Order: sequence, then structure tokens, then C-alpha cells
Amino acid sequence: MAIEQDVLVIGGGLAGVTAAVSAARTGADVRLVSYKQPTLRHASGLIDVLGYTPDGEGPLVDPVAALDDLPEGHPYERVGEDAVRAGLALFDDLAGDTYEGNHTERNALVPTQGGRVKPTARYPASTAAGLASDERDALLVGFERLVGFDAPLSAAQLNAAGAPFEARGATVEFPVELSADPKVTRFAHLLDRDEAGEESQDGSVRRALAERVTTHLDGEARVGFPAVLGDDHPEDVRAALETHLGVDVFEVPMGPPSLPGFRLEDRLYDALDAAGVRIETGNPVVGYETDGRDDDLIEAVTVDRNGATVPYAAEQFVLATGGLVGKGIDSDREGVAEPIFDCHVTHPPDRYDWFEDDAFGDHRFARFGVAPDRELRPRDARGTVEFDNLRAAGAVLGNYDFAAEKSGSGVSLATGHEAGRLAGDDT
Amino acid sequence: MGATPTVLVIGGGSTGCGIARDLAMRGLSVTLVEQGNLTHGTTGRMHGLLHSGGRYAVADQASARECIQETRVLEDIASHCVEETGGLFVKRPEDSEAYFERKLRGCAECGIPTEVLSGREARQREPYLAADVDKAIAVPDGAVDPFRLCVANAASAQNHGARIETHAEVTDLLVEAGEVVGAEVTHESGPGKRTHGKAGTTEEIEADHVINATGAWAGRIGDMAGLDVNVRPSKGVMTVMNVRQVDTVINRCIPKGNADIVVPHETTCILGTTDEEVEDPEDYPEAEWEVDLMIDELSKLLPVLQEARTIRSYWGVRPLYEPPGSGTADSEDITRDFFLLDHADRDGLPGLTTIVGGKFTTYRMMAEELSDHVCDRLGVSAACRTADVPLPGSRDERVLDDAMDEFGLTSPVARRSKQRLGDRAPDVLDTDDPNPVVCSCEGVTRAELQDAIAGSGTDLNAVRIRTRASMGNCQGGFCAHAMADELHPEYDAEQASAALDDLYQERWKGQRHALWGEQLSQAMLTYALHATTMNRDEGGIAADETVDFAAFDGGTPDGD
Repeated sequence: MAIEQDVLVIGGGLAGVTAAVSAARTGADVRLVSYKQPTLRHASGLIDVLGYTPDGEGPLVDPVAALDDLPEGHPYERVGEDAVRAGLALFDDLAGDTYEGNHTERNALVPTQGGRVKPTARYPASTAAGLASDERDALLVGFERLVGFDAPLSAAQLNAAGAPFEARGATVEFPVELSADPKVTRFAHLLDRDEAGEESQDGSVRRALAERVTTHLDGEARVGFPAVLGDDHPEDVRAALETHLGVDVFEVPMGPPSLPGFRLEDRLYDALDAAGVRIETGNPVVGYETDGRDDDLIEAVTVDRNGATVPYAAEQFVLATGGLVGKGIDSDREGVAEPIFDCHVTHPPDRYDWFEDDAFGDHRFARFGVAPDRELRPRDARGTVEFDNLRAAGAVLGNYDFAAEKSGSGVSLATGHEAGRLAGDDT
Repeated sequence: MGATPTVLVIGGGSTGCGIARDLAMRGLSVTLVEQGNLTHGTTGRMHGLLHSGGRYAVADQASARECIQETRVLEDIASHCVEETGGLFVKRPEDSEAYFERKLRGCAECGIPTEVLSGREARQREPYLAADVDKAIAVPDGAVDPFRLCVANAASAQNHGARIETHAEVTDLLVEAGEVVGAEVTHESGPGKRTHGKAGTTEEIEADHVINATGAWAGRIGDMAGLDVNVRPSKGVMTVMNVRQVDTVINRCIPKGNADIVVPHETTCILGTTDEEVEDPEDYPEAEWEVDLMIDELSKLLPVLQEARTIRSYWGVRPLYEPPGSGTADSEDITRDFFLLDHADRDGLPGLTTIVGGKFTTYRMMAEELSDHVCDRLGVSAACRTADVPLPGSRDERVLDDAMDEFGLTSPVARRSKQRLGDRAPDVLDTDDPNPVVCSCEGVTRAELQDAIAGSGTDLNAVRIRTRASMGNCQGGFCAHAMADELHPEYDAEQASAALDDLYQERWKGQRHALWGEQLSQAMLTYALHATTMNRDEGGIAADETVDFAAFDGGTPDGD
């Protein structure tokens, strides 16, 4: 039987999920297809909107106030301030009480694993007690076998950065015998299950961990751990640690794989289910078909299912396949392309013009992506809309450097919401 | 007999470290100074081929004979640095049959054992070889880790009382009464191990004899004493693949040419190379066409390379030298032989000897010849022992297998650690402290990093070459910051930060030449991790502007 939807969303990251929910809320029948695991689990779980201007000015206190000054072609300029607010409102709705930050328009400064602070608009509830503008002293606690978060060094960096509190760090052995080299999920699952703690009378890992940390506490009102405090039951883990320690507990976001990223992914996929979106993962979209009469209208995309090419028809399509990391943008020695629809990607012809010599320079490659009109329809090199029923959202869009601006999640939410809404309205 | 004669060796590459070891073992008092970290110059920028001599067997048989002889020595004294991969000289249909026969004959004349393989037999050995490869000559080529070998020589020299000073640039030669008597050295961060952020100092080091073993930089040292040492530096590119497409060294069987060799090296393959004379050994163009040439030409031998992923490219400069008046036009035709310039005889300036030219494979033989010469000058009669005494790490292979299971390392990690550390593995890895893997790509543990830091201070690039940490697919994206963490608390936050910035920038330098396809995707992920998740591109300790913390969200009044 032919597969046919009102709206088909390609890509299962933050932008794709947002677009799917947004389209479903217009009443459309929506299917989401994603190939690989979304890059959400690589990300820290923070929802950045705009931390620095494209010129590097910042950290910005008020991200929304800075939107007006963004250059033409920037995704935020394309969709406008209302879409940014709508995207954030949708996120707040989906995330519920697992996220905070919506009580103010101001950015929060969140300590990172290396002891820098980063401006962000929404943050997991597990991070809330760690904000750098909070003046309470903090103890950071690392684990001997967990590399990438050296708590004493992180604390020293925070103090050197002028944070308005005193940070100290301590490194402890996790209170369960571990292999030399446990994965981050191992810590999380041990804390979820809360069994087999060696030192505590009731066998609670949480209690045993708290006992080890207590000996290092010296009047601090809050304790920060690397973000491994539970996968399925993070609230319970944190609450138990807070009870045992008698102080607030927070998580410091970590690099991939990221537990806050996993948790957000679970939450969002539950929301997709609740919105009635059909989800299909594991098969790549490899091409598209038009009906032969009108080349500007996509009739179906083709999905590779175990070697068989199957058409998925829809009225409207949303391209949310990610950027260079998610492979929504691909390249070889000769050039840069968007692989499914071959939408135009502006790039210098010589690949040695794609980068700067400084590792943190203003890299052209970081801004590779499709260039849409104000309804997020990708345009060709002459500025003409490529297909009437294709919109793009998230990191597949070009003309912004999400890493430098700290704008990745915000762009995904704003453009995902807008693309989904417009797609749904057009069916 | 009077006081122990003192020697100053300038240059911490394979030749300089080999000389330091040789002379220290003969009982001389040796100081070695190097402007960067060990292998900073040409040694750290070679393709890692341990020559059987096959490459020189037609055009330069003297070099070929030295190569096979020294390869046998290194397999013996440096087993933990050498991988006996074997090599093939591969003939394509359009390559000369006559040259193939000459190569075979030449190897026989030089004592290099060979075996002729049909195309089919060659492909059985290396399945990725092109389907139209006619035939091949198998020779005992190998792969060598130049970093490990160089560091082992330096460590051996230290064990024999030598002083090794890295990040110590010679800023002048001391000349008194028509004789070189030492050098003025500027320590980047004071004498001893490098420490980021520590102020530099200047030191005059006096010596009975000074040895200029600075390779492509030899002319600069010569200039300081008004000597003309005409080194002709020639650059070559090396392109690093993300996996080992071959386990055997693959040479193309042609007289000479660019892009004619693939060397398996640890987890990677290295494609080489070009040969272009340059003016300045530190400042020359690293060109896109060179990388493209490696991929396109070597794909004729290994078609899989056309679509394969490269993780970086780097360039090295050969310290080619020819005596005044030779006038060879093409740098490819300049001899690979080495020259010992005694400036007393040559220029009437005693106290200084320069060694230039030569090849990595024969570094030990060069060091021996130079050491013999210096000992002769200084009236020392001790004999060379470097061909017989194994280097630290290669002393006792039996130590390894017995001890490795004890360190709680999972087997691939243990195997890799063992290969790198040789018989030092038990000493390094036997720790009561937790010992997690810090660099997953290369399987490098905390204990191995701490051992390297003890040897090189805050210089994470020196730690990198000792351990291979940050040299795998992710090029440090996932481990560079964790490596810097290992510096704390011995070194402070500012030093750890500066060391991380140095390492990260060095890793970026080579990756720039591999930025398409998978590696561009990887580079974006690394950039996102370091800039987005860690915010390392903004607001570091050194930032001038202070942040107005109170202006930002301080959390909700009720906490949670």
C-alpha cells in the first residue's frame, strides 16, 4: 500500500521533532523519518538561543533584543522574532518541568565541563542550581574513572573567570567497583538502579556516593556533578543526593554521549507519539520524485528499505537532516551539496577557502547550508525557490555559525516550528 | 687524564639524539639543546618508512647497503619502535619492465632479500591493490615510529648522564680566540621541562666541542659563526589516512617520482610524497595540489584511496646537502648521503662539526661516524656501543607478556600500550590509582599520559608524540581537553589552558588539509563540542572584559 501523508518530515533531531509536532498541531497527518540516531545525544542538552552576535559580541544578556541586528539571510532574520518566541513556547510546552529558564528573557550562564561559563536560554532542571550568577559557593565533584571533567581544575577556571562565588573541586571514587574504563551511561544506570553500594548499610549507591562527598563539603550550599546523575530517573537521583547531602545538587553538562541529551530525546519522542506523529527510524531518504508535469513540486521522497527503494508521498515536506555533523550537508574534494534534493549550498569553489587557519577562526564551513526564503523554502543559486512544497529547518540551513553564536537549539526550534506550521497550514 | 670532555649537541631530531646517546654511552658529558620539542624538525615530519634499501638499490647502492644493514640493527635495538611490515615494489602495466628487472638485480647486489610475486599473489597479500597490477617485488621494508625512537634515544642519553633541554633555542655561537667554545641558549620557559607561562631565561653553555645536528636548520647555525653551510631544504607532503588500507609498505616500482609510497603506520596509512626545494625550512607553502596528487596518483595502486577518508596532512623538509660546486638542478637528484663538515679543516674554525644530509634509517650509523670523529678530536678512545645495546623499551620482550594482564586494561588497550611502551610497560602502567582510557582512538590511559608529562612538562604536543594520544580519527576533538586535565594540579589552571590551546591549534593545522567528507563532518563536531558545549572559543581566563554575572538569569527564587 502506498505511503501517503499530509506532511513528511525528514530528520529526527530537535528541528525535525519540532517541525513534526508543530505541523501536527495544525491538524495535519504527519510522518517523521530519520536515518541515524539524532545528534541530540551529542549535545549538552542546553537550549541556546543566542549567546554572542555573529561579530563575537557577548555574552548577550538578552538574546531576543539582539535579533534585530542579525544580517540578512541569518535563519532568525528569515523567520523573525515571533517565530523565535513561538519555537521557545513550543519547547517549554514539550519540556514541561524538566527544563527551566522561561521565567525570564535573560540568558543564564551555565558552567561548562572545562570551567568556562556559557550563555543559554533554557537549561535542564538538573542544571538549575549550578547557574554562575547564583552567589552561593559550590563544590564540584568529579569521578576518578570519568575523564573530561576534572573538578578541581574546573573550579579553578570558574574562580579565575570571576564567577561571583567560591568554587572548590574534589575527585572521588564512585562507590561501586567499576572496570578501569566505565562508560558514562554506566554511572547513570547504577544511580538509576540504586543497588549494590558497598559502603552504605542499605545498599544505596546514592547514599554511598553522598557519604563520600560529605567529607569534602566545607559549608558550600550546592554540589555539582558531571551530568551522569541518572538516565531514566534523574529527578529521583538528584532528590536523593540532595536529601543525603542536605544541599542543592546540580549537573555540569558534558560532551558526547550526553545524558541530558538522551533525556531530552526521550522526552521529545514521547511528545511526538502524543501528537500522533508516525515515526520511522533506520532507513535513509535517498532521493525524490516529481510527477513529471511540474518539476517544482515534490510528489514523493524515496526511502531505501533494505535495498528496496520505496516512495513516500506527501503534500508538504520538511528537510531537517542536520548540517555537516548530521550529514544533511555533504562534501567531497570538489564541492558541498545537500544530498537528497540537491538544494543549492553556497560555498567557495576552492576547498582551501572553506576554513581559517586559526582553530577558532571564522570558518566558512560552519555556515554551510541551504539558503531559504522567508517561508523557509530553499532557493537555488539565482534566488528562486527550489520546490514549492519543501521547507528546511535546523542545521541544514546556512548563513549562521551555531557554535560561535551559541544559537543551535534556538534556530532549530524557531525554524522547526515555523516550517512545520507553514507546511501544516498548506495542506 | 683531565676532566670529562664536554660536548654540546644542537638539534633534538634523530641524528642529534642518536649522537647524544652515543657520546653519553662513551662517557662524555653531553648536553643536547632543541628549539622545539624532540623531533620538532624533520624527524617528526617523515613518513615512518624503515628502508630495506630497495628504494636506492638502482640509483644509490651505497645508501641501499647502509639501509639494509641499519634496518637489521634497529629491528634488534629498537624493536618497540619498529613494525616489520615487509614491503612491495609494485609494477603497473605502464611501468617499465626493464626497471623492474634492474630493481631486482640491484637488490641482489646490495644484499637485500627479494621475492617476486605475480599480480594475483600480491593481491592475496594486499587485497586493495589494483586489479591490473602486474607483479611485485617483496622486500623487508618496515615501519618505524620516529617519535618513539627519538625519545628512546634521548632517554638512553639521559640514563647515561646527558642533559636534554627542549624548547631551548640557540641564539648565538660562542667564539673565543678563533674557536667555538659553546652556545648561547634561550630557554622558552626556563631550563628543564617546558612549563607554559613560565618566563624565559638565557644561558651560556660552554663545551669542548659543539655539534651542529640541526638538519635543514644547519645553515642558520653556521651563519652565527660566519660559516657557509649550504643546506638545500626540500619539502614533501605526507597525507594520513584514517585506517590501514594496507599492512605492507607499498612502493611503486618506477625510477623516481612523486606520490609513490604508502606506509602503514600504527592505526593509519601515510601517503607520500613530493620533493620541492624551498627557501626557508619553517616557511613554505603547503599546497592543495600536493594532497590531491597523493590521492590521485596512489589510487592507481590502491583504488580504494580515491574515496577513503584522510585525517590530516603534514609536510617535512629534507635536509639535503651537496658540497659547494655540485650544482644539481633538481632536488630529487641530490644525493641522500650524509656529510660530516669539520669546520677546523674546512673553514679554519675549530670546536664545531656539522652533520647534514642523510636519512632517518641510517641515523645511528651517522651518529656513530660523527661520534668517532669527535672522540678522535677530543682524544677519547671509547668505542661505539649503540648497535649492540637495546634502547629503553626494547631491552627485554619477555617482561611484557608476563605483566600485561595485571594492569586491568582491556585487551586492545593493553596491546596498544604494550606496543608503545615496550619493556617500560610494567613500570609505567603498574599503578594503584584508577587508570581510565583518556584517548579512546589510540587507547592511551592516564598512567601513560602521566609518564609522558613527567618527561615533558606542560607541552602536550610532546606528550602527544610520546603516547599517540590525540592522533587518531577525532584528532583530539574528544580527548584534547581531557589530556590538559591531566596537567592539573601539578600545573595550574592557566598553564593547563595554554597547553590545551597549543595542542588544539596544532591538531587543527594538519586537519585543514583533510576538510571534506567524513573529516569535515568530524571537524564540525569537534568545533561544536569545543565551542558550543565547552564555550572554549569565548570568554577564557585571558579575556579582557569581565562578565557582569548579576545581569544574567540567577535562577528562580524558589530554587527547583
